[in-house]
Amino acid sequence: MAEHLLVIENLHKTFGATEVLRGVDLNVDSGDVVSIIGSSGSGKTTLLRCVNMLEDYHEGRVLIDGEEIGYTRHDGKRVRLPNSTIARQRALTGMAFQTFNLFPHLTALKNVTLGLVKVRGLAKDEAVGIARRWLDRVGMLDRQDHYPSQLSGGQQQRVAIARAIAMNPKLMLFDEVTSALDPELVNEVLNVIRDLARDGMTMLLVTHEMRFAYDVSTTVIFMHEGRIHEAGPPSEVFIRPRTPRLAEFIQNSSFRA
Amino acid sequence: MELTQFLNEAWLSRGAIWDGFVMTVAISALAIVLGTVLGLFVGIALVYGWRPLRFLVRLYVDFIRGTPVFVLVLASFYILSVVGIDLTAFQAGVLAITVFCSSHVGEMLRGALAAIHRGQTEAAMTIGLTFRQTFLYVLLPQALRQILPTWVNAATEMVKASTLLSVIGVAELLLATQQIISRNFLSLEFYFLAGFIYFVIDFSIERLGRWVERKLAYS
Amino acid sequence: MGYQLNFDAVWRNFDLLLSGLGLGLALAVVSIFLGSLIGLVAAFAMVSKNRLWRGLAVGYVTAIRNTPILVLIFFTFFALPQFGVRFDKIESFVFTLTVYAGAYLTEVFRGGLMALPRGLREAGLALGMTEWRANLWVVIPVMIRNVLPALSNNFISLFKDTSLAAAIAVPELTFYARQINVNTFRVIETWMVASLMYVAACYLIAAALRRLERRLAIPR
Repeated sequence: MAEHLLVIENLHKTFGATEVLRGVDLNVDSGDVVSIIGSSGSGKTTLLRCVNMLEDYHEGRVLIDGEEIGYTRHDGKRVRLPNSTIARQRALTGMAFQTFNLFPHLTALKNVTLGLVKVRGLAKDEAVGIARRWLDRVGMLDRQDHYPSQLSGGQQQRVAIARAIAMNPKLMLFDEVTSALDPELVNEVLNVIRDLARDGMTMLLVTHEMRFAYDVSTTVIFMHEGRIHEAGPPSEVFIRPRTPRLAEFIQNSSFRA
Repeated sequence: MELTQFLNEAWLSRGAIWDGFVMTVAISALAIVLGTVLGLFVGIALVYGWRPLRFLVRLYVDFIRGTPVFVLVLASFYILSVVGIDLTAFQAGVLAITVFCSSHVGEMLRGALAAIHRGQTEAAMTIGLTFRQTFLYVLLPQALRQILPTWVNAATEMVKASTLLSVIGVAELLLATQQIISRNFLSLEFYFLAGFIYFVIDFSIERLGRWVERKLAYS
Repeated sequence: MGYQLNFDAVWRNFDLLLSGLGLGLALAVVSIFLGSLIGLVAAFAMVSKNRLWRGLAVGYVTAIRNTPILVLIFFTFFALPQFGVRFDKIESFVFTLTVYAGAYLTEVFRGGLMALPRGLREAGLALGMTEWRANLWVVIPVMIRNVLPALSNNFISLFKDTSLAAAIAVPELTFYARQINVNTFRVIETWMVASLMYVAACYLIAAALRRLERRLAIPR
């Protein structure tokens, strides 16, 4: 059996008394585009954040290319890995956030080169070359010397995506990347992601853009109350939902086939 | 008042005034530089320190900030000698103002670090930066820019606080002025002159600060 | 080395330290009240359309804020009497601290005035109030409540500045501490107790002022 790129097994996560994830299993293969949909509070963002250990979890495993992320087993007990190891593992994935989180004190170019130089240890020239290539790819090369405050939300998000992708991650995580954008800026960001998907980038995305999820995904996952309630190719999930819960969710969404 | 008499006296005491000015600048610069370096560690300890350390540093900051600088200067001057640390009045005074400066810088840095949005740390972590790298390349530069205006203000406060060293006999500008006045009794004129020189120093620091701030603006 | 802590001498003189603390507080209270009056007038001058008033207020604030308070204290105490101004040392210090506080409070009040919604003054005028009355009955009461936290901070730093009165022999806490220090050589104990008294007083004042702020706050 060929190994999956990402394996999530029986993931459990609680915040205080609330159990946000109640046993999630998911396999993602290289080249897959997996969209996670569901109402707020269903645990979709938390699931994404467990994959790169922005959240600790309490039970289960996450493996990328067979390597367990965040924890190791010691005499049958789970032990959290040292922060330096987790930092290295985080570079296996890239993430784009709802709020962009560009570094405001750095230009667009320096936002991208920071990780290349400090984490991947590239020489400055090489880092600049890679950064410029990716900024060009997201249509932001002409703004490379602008600071985030001088860019629109859509432009900031495109730089943030370039910053993540330039690190050459095996898997990209997109956390509601268009939710904070003005409607007229949504498409420029979605087009960048669509373009990356066409190139075979493996990605896991949490989104409210149903039409977009329908168009780009290989698999769509519907989360409800901390579990994967239904999963399948978009044509099934959106057009022929099997459960009433999903049917209702699709009905209430903006999705029209 | 006789303007010519004042000008004459001022000319005669130019050496003493210059020496006082140099001493004031030396005290202030030393206290600001040392206090800022110490203050950065204080701020870091307040945010990231191991719990008992954080508690101790918090105690230090609150104690220093609750005590008048003048009391710090006098205490430093009188206490250190009895515990066998032989410092000159100059050193004891600079130490007191350094400590004063460090508690303020520490509190500023703590506030600035706490105000940085959590997403900054997360974004840094997701590109694989370690905590140390995140702090050095992402959080600290932002915090330092954030505190710059308050820091410049604090720097002018240190210049003003340097006058307190006159009371323990350090011949800075104010004591030099008093010595001149005790010779020629032109108190109004020479206090005015001293006040004006302090004004020029503080005003220059403030202007310099604004200039640096503009230079560092994200644009 | 080999210094043995012994607080006896300090406790024997504790009533002196306490009376000094009391005087310091009194000096700060008087100065913040008088300083507030100056501050209010200068703040209105700063936002007025009259360039002369504005210039005078800006000059006053800039000059005072950039001059060390000790220079101001000595100036008032040693230089002003030459012109027939007769002060005893307490009056002289209160005068200095008031003028000093006034400059800082001007900035506080100016900020408060600028932050008020425009409509507030206009609403007063619309009720038929004169400009003066609208300011007195509407603008100032609202503005003062908004700047209470800044006033509290200013009061605490004024209280700490009263330690400087020792430099002209006003018998407040620092003055007595220095006296006890010199007379008894209980150096560490004296300064420890004195600074703890300042810290405790600042802490209690801050707590009391926060309660007052809450009482006076406009409900939202």
